[in-house]
Amino acid sequence: MTPQRVSETAPEAFPGTRPAPTTAAPTPGALPPVRTRKRLTREGVVRLLFVAPAALYLLLFFGYPVVKNVTMSLQAYTTKTFFTGEAPWVGLANYEAVLNSSLFWPSMVNTALFTVGSIAGQFLIGLALACFFKRRFPLSNFLRSMLLLPWLLPLIVSSATWRSILDQDSGILNRFLGTFGLDAVPWLTSPSVALIAVVLVNIWVGIPFNVTIIYGGLQDIPDELYEAGALDGATGWKAFWNITLPNLKPVISVVLVLGVVYTIKVLDIILGLTNGGPANATQTLSIRSYQESFINFEFGAGAAFSNILILISLVFAVIYLRANRRAVDE
Amino acid sequence: MTTLEAPALSVPAQRRAGRQRTRSAGYTALGIVFLAVMLFPVYWMVNASLQPSGNTLNASFFPWNPSFDGYARAISEQGANLVTSLIISLGTVVFSLLVAAPAAYALAQFRFRWVNIALLAILISQMIPGIVIANALYAAYNDLGLLNSIPGLILADATHAIPFVILIMRAFMIAIPTSIVEAARVDGAGLVRAFVSIVLPISRNSLITAGLFAFLFSWSDFLFALTLTTTDEVRPVTLGIYQYLGTQVSNWSAVMATAVLSSLPAIALLILAQKFIAAGATGGAVK
Repeated sequence: MTPQRVSETAPEAFPGTRPAPTTAAPTPGALPPVRTRKRLTREGVVRLLFVAPAALYLLLFFGYPVVKNVTMSLQAYTTKTFFTGEAPWVGLANYEAVLNSSLFWPSMVNTALFTVGSIAGQFLIGLALACFFKRRFPLSNFLRSMLLLPWLLPLIVSSATWRSILDQDSGILNRFLGTFGLDAVPWLTSPSVALIAVVLVNIWVGIPFNVTIIYGGLQDIPDELYEAGALDGATGWKAFWNITLPNLKPVISVVLVLGVVYTIKVLDIILGLTNGGPANATQTLSIRSYQESFINFEFGAGAAFSNILILISLVFAVIYLRANRRAVDE
Repeated sequence: MTTLEAPALSVPAQRRAGRQRTRSAGYTALGIVFLAVMLFPVYWMVNASLQPSGNTLNASFFPWNPSFDGYARAISEQGANLVTSLIISLGTVVFSLLVAAPAAYALAQFRFRWVNIALLAILISQMIPGIVIANALYAAYNDLGLLNSIPGLILADATHAIPFVILIMRAFMIAIPTSIVEAARVDGAGLVRAFVSIVLPISRNSLITAGLFAFLFSWSDFLFALTLTTTDEVRPVTLGIYQYLGTQVSNWSAVMATAVLSSLPAIALLILAQKFIAAGATGGAVK
């Protein structure tokens, strides 16, 4: 889901995890000392039963879908399949069709613009707000926790609310801009503005997550560093550039990479605001995947889009794990 | 001291000469302004839901003559969907905690050799796009007869919650001293007994945090509601809102009233259970 899933990053939890993709074994040296191998005792079975339900669930609801998407993408999996049960193998035909479809490159570009725009906005505003709230002042904790609200609301509720705010004729935003003599902006109805509007809403949704994580990182920078810096004349912006940013680097890389992973799969906000329109101006890879599967009932093509999405996520997951390891090393 | 800290925004900087007290009052004022800007959409949602005209066309800035027509319509049209959402969300909480709490404890305390691999797998599972899961589940649910069913949606919604619950509870449970459990074991309690009568009560706070988030995740779910239902038999309220939006919005006050009702759990929990929400938001996040 969206940026709001709090990532359980806990770098210290993965002392020896290699930044390798999926099934890589952890480095042997990092394992807790292996005790002498014991036979499967009754106690050992009970211990395994503690994890068995969760393991089974993860296999069925994460493992199976990933595998199933790969096989589906190689099949002609359509409405007919649900009646006849037949899904003939078609090799890479789905990928060929997807790559040659007129919507493929626009949706790639939109996914990139949506992701980069959202993350840049969320991160910069999040960083500024986190720095602001780091100064202790009356009510600072209360105000900061109230800031979490946009993050806790159902995304479809946020979409509905923003749709009324961004409405071209009656929306409060255009009425507000009108008081400055500005023309009404067709936020969600013009192909040239819609993507910007969607990005703006997604920035709003993502700010609390960024503030929370960056604020946590700021708290961990020891005050002594600033005190020492002040003796050398590093105050204000200088302290920010020379002390805050370098020390925040591991947190920043994690927040950015996670932001990418959570943003490229965003679906609710775009469906609620524009449904991928107007004139396909807000089509992204996940919207394509949804529409191919559940509007056109071309599950093969939908799965092909999904797999492209997974592939991109995987690249960033690897970057994330590397960044995470660096955070541990430092 | 304050001046040594990370600089924030320029307005406070100008006040550097001012006295400490005026300065912090200034910060508070500025913080309120930031919060007001961020929460304006929420205010507008509430305001629009109380407008009498039925649309936001002439919505005034404050509902001087609040009308509850929107709510009347929302409850008559979406009341059943709200109940459906509530049942599914509570079901997700129970199911997620049952599955995830023992696993979290095991991963925190049992020193399995493959703990790191398991944690990596859980972390990666959180990154899998929901549409991937929906694509595959639709076909599987179709065969199993789980489309349009509450158990089907509970199982699917738990994908939002279970990895999160395992990781967050493990982060708490890793701090439980082994001596406590060992003492009980010496007294003859089995592993399960020790878990139920000692570990779970100690972990009460983390259970509450995990449960609250499982509830919110499931309550907010839109993707599975959209893809795994085909009739209006079982219809969570998120899908109800989406359908309002689809059918050429003519009655904004009913849409916004439904939105307000759907926001109540989040708002209530943020105010009443702030401690737990804050723990969930920061717990385990990069530190």
